[in-house]
Amino acid sequence: MQPGHGKNYFELFELPVQFEVNVADLNARYRKLQQQFHPDRYASGSDQEQRMAMELTASINEGLRILKDPVNRGRYLLELSGVSVDQETDTVMDPAFLVEQMELRERLDSIQHVSNATAALIALSREVDQLYRRRVDELAIELKTDGELQKARSIIRELQFLQKLRAQIEETEEILL
Amino acid sequence: MALLQISEPGQSTSPHEHRLAVGIDLGTTHSLVASVRSGKADVLPNENGDVILPSVVHYAEDSVVVGHQAMASAQQDPLNTVISVKRFMGRSADEIAADVHHYDVVSDAGSGVPKLHTRAGDKSAIEISSEILKVLRQRAEKTLGGELTGAVITVPAYFDDAQRQATKDAARLAGLHVLRLLNEPTAAAVAYGLDKNATGVFAIYDLGGGTFDISILSLESGVFQVMATAGDSVLGGDDMDQLVADWMLQQAGINERPVAGDWRHVLSAARQTKEALTDEASVAYVLNLSDGFNWQGELTRDQFNRLVDPLIEKTILPCRRALRDAGLDINDINGVVLVGGSTRVPRVRERVTDYFEQQALADIDPDEVVAIGAAIQADVLAGNKPDGEMLLLDVIPLSLGLEIMGGMTEKIVPRNSTIPIARAQEFTTYKDGQTAMAIHVLQGERELVQDCRSLARFELRGIPPMAAGAARIRVTFQVDADGLLSVSAQEETSGVSAEIEVKPSYGLTDKEIESMLRDSIEHAREDMDARNLQEQRVDADRLLEALSSALLQDGERLLDTAERDAIDAAMQLLAQARDGNEINAIKSAIEALDKVSADFAARRMDDGIRNALTGHSLDEFSNDSEVKE
Repeated sequence: MQPGHGKNYFELFELPVQFEVNVADLNARYRKLQQQFHPDRYASGSDQEQRMAMELTASINEGLRILKDPVNRGRYLLELSGVSVDQETDTVMDPAFLVEQMELRERLDSIQHVSNATAALIALSREVDQLYRRRVDELAIELKTDGELQKARSIIRELQFLQKLRAQIEETEEILL
Repeated sequence: MALLQISEPGQSTSPHEHRLAVGIDLGTTHSLVASVRSGKADVLPNENGDVILPSVVHYAEDSVVVGHQAMASAQQDPLNTVISVKRFMGRSADEIAADVHHYDVVSDAGSGVPKLHTRAGDKSAIEISSEILKVLRQRAEKTLGGELTGAVITVPAYFDDAQRQATKDAARLAGLHVLRLLNEPTAAAVAYGLDKNATGVFAIYDLGGGTFDISILSLESGVFQVMATAGDSVLGGDDMDQLVADWMLQQAGINERPVAGDWRHVLSAARQTKEALTDEASVAYVLNLSDGFNWQGELTRDQFNRLVDPLIEKTILPCRRALRDAGLDINDINGVVLVGGSTRVPRVRERVTDYFEQQALADIDPDEVVAIGAAIQADVLAGNKPDGEMLLLDVIPLSLGLEIMGGMTEKIVPRNSTIPIARAQEFTTYKDGQTAMAIHVLQGERELVQDCRSLARFELRGIPPMAAGAARIRVTFQVDADGLLSVSAQEETSGVSAEIEVKPSYGLTDKEIESMLRDSIEHAREDMDARNLQEQRVDADRLLEALSSALLQDGERLLDTAERDAIDAAMQLLAQARDGNEINAIKSAIEALDKVSADFAARRMDDGIRNALTGHSLDEFSNDSEVKE
């Protein structure tokens, strides 16, 4: 979904089109926009007003979701520059990264059988978080004006792997708790 | 598209009278209606001073009886007395059959809607619920002295699309204009006036007669933002009663549940015993069955706790999931609010206090708190609060998706997404020359289609024949502020499109509802037409009024002469149509004006966005302390 009137989500929130976003500032802008345009503000307005308010707030909600999360934001910035992240034809990834991923996954799979499972899971979770944060920092560099978009694209693909791993860690956490 | 009126939040362009609006808690075991009068929200009693209306509908020989009187018939006439009908809302015949009850369930031959067989005919859950709503509407109109502008109806946060749609349909059938469907825990949060200077994160634990909800919401400068919600739409006090009733029978040496009338009697003894155990350590009970069998027994609180512990434990897992979805920890919760009659059970309070590591708030009557919150929101939505800062941002409780190859589901909108929301995804054909595509809409978290709830099926036809994988079919999900879904599909290269407002196969169609409305005595055909005409006129007036004031403000700045002339002409046509009696003429004049003013509206909307975000320095935004990454 794109917000209407030929604007992108950064423009909708009146923010510069760049990777750096102050999340507190973004949330405050989000609340301001919702305060003004939420369909509740037009509950006694005409049907058409309500519909328009609904469409705009749907964009505002989607905008927050995309701009708040570094991976979504990075993907979106690449898309704005005409680079698509999800081209299925291109599946080449850094072998070292893949080996590391496999090892992490094996550790997660066997964690339920270790004696102190919870502690082991927390340790693993911390490690993955660290890897994730390091990648996000790298992404910020490649998305600067003198960065390389193709490198940014590879980093985002790796971040997606890490996101999936984080979700699996959370699932395991639920089983263990 | 229409002109979006740009004004300060809540500020109306014209003075208006106080509009009568109510909040209705349509509960499993009982229902309430509340309204804001002289600035204060209060529940409205009936002429006997009763606030609570038992959600019981008795189809008597020549009338429909609702409430306390109907409850008295439950034992003598169980098959024609429907209790806890909310459990059947939006459910398929199979699901209803799986629930424990003694009704005679039939599927409507034409629509397939499950209905309960009564002496007044076969009745859907929607129709039965509308009887309860009618009584509350009449009570409110009598007490408030006029016709209602609209109502906010509460639903469990964990209700799925089918259950929400059924609730909205029941309200329409009762002649109510639904201002908003509001989630019960969110309503409770509003009632607690958490907006009064309070800032922070709150957990609302809502255990009612038949449903359990947990919502985590954050509060910041008047904005209530639901961060996550979880629950169980068939878990509540009713289940405790059944556990106790089965135990009582077992004590009496009876191994099978007795006939309907006796079972109702045992359930009622179980409920009374449960309620008495809130204050007593031990309670005596008596069973008198229709075959003359008598039994006297005693239930201690300890024994009761052992019976219901597994059930209470079932509420903790959703609490944990909601916290995790919100990305929070127990220590982040600033307050816990108890809602729903079942939170009176001391064991429930103990367990909640224990889990959240703090005392829970329960100073507003847990039976009334939801209706009161709904009344406050109804007052705001009706436009009676010109300075209202309060805004509720809610979420959908369950993920929405589509069936893909191999009986798997593909999620399009994940659970706990803030609504309204629109999301699109592209799919393609898998066969050469494929000209149609079946679209199966699902709700739920599981991967297999069979484990999710099927919401609707429709087909996109007329796709031009192409090689497999060449078509680009974009499916768009849109969820409105009531949490209701509509889905559209379009083949992008040809522009062929199909659209559906999701109506579950076992729900009622608009046509059915309209004909039911027509059939009912209080909405004879003429009344309906008169009502429709009146509604169109109100809509026309609103549009004209909004446009006039917008033109006054920005007409010269944003429009050239030709554009202005076109709008003026369309306004004149609408004003003429409005004074006539042709519903369709008014409708098309509204549409025409809409179209011609769309650009103007869009330009003003852009201005509005800019205005909303300027005058506030970046520093002010950045110092905002609530937000965490």
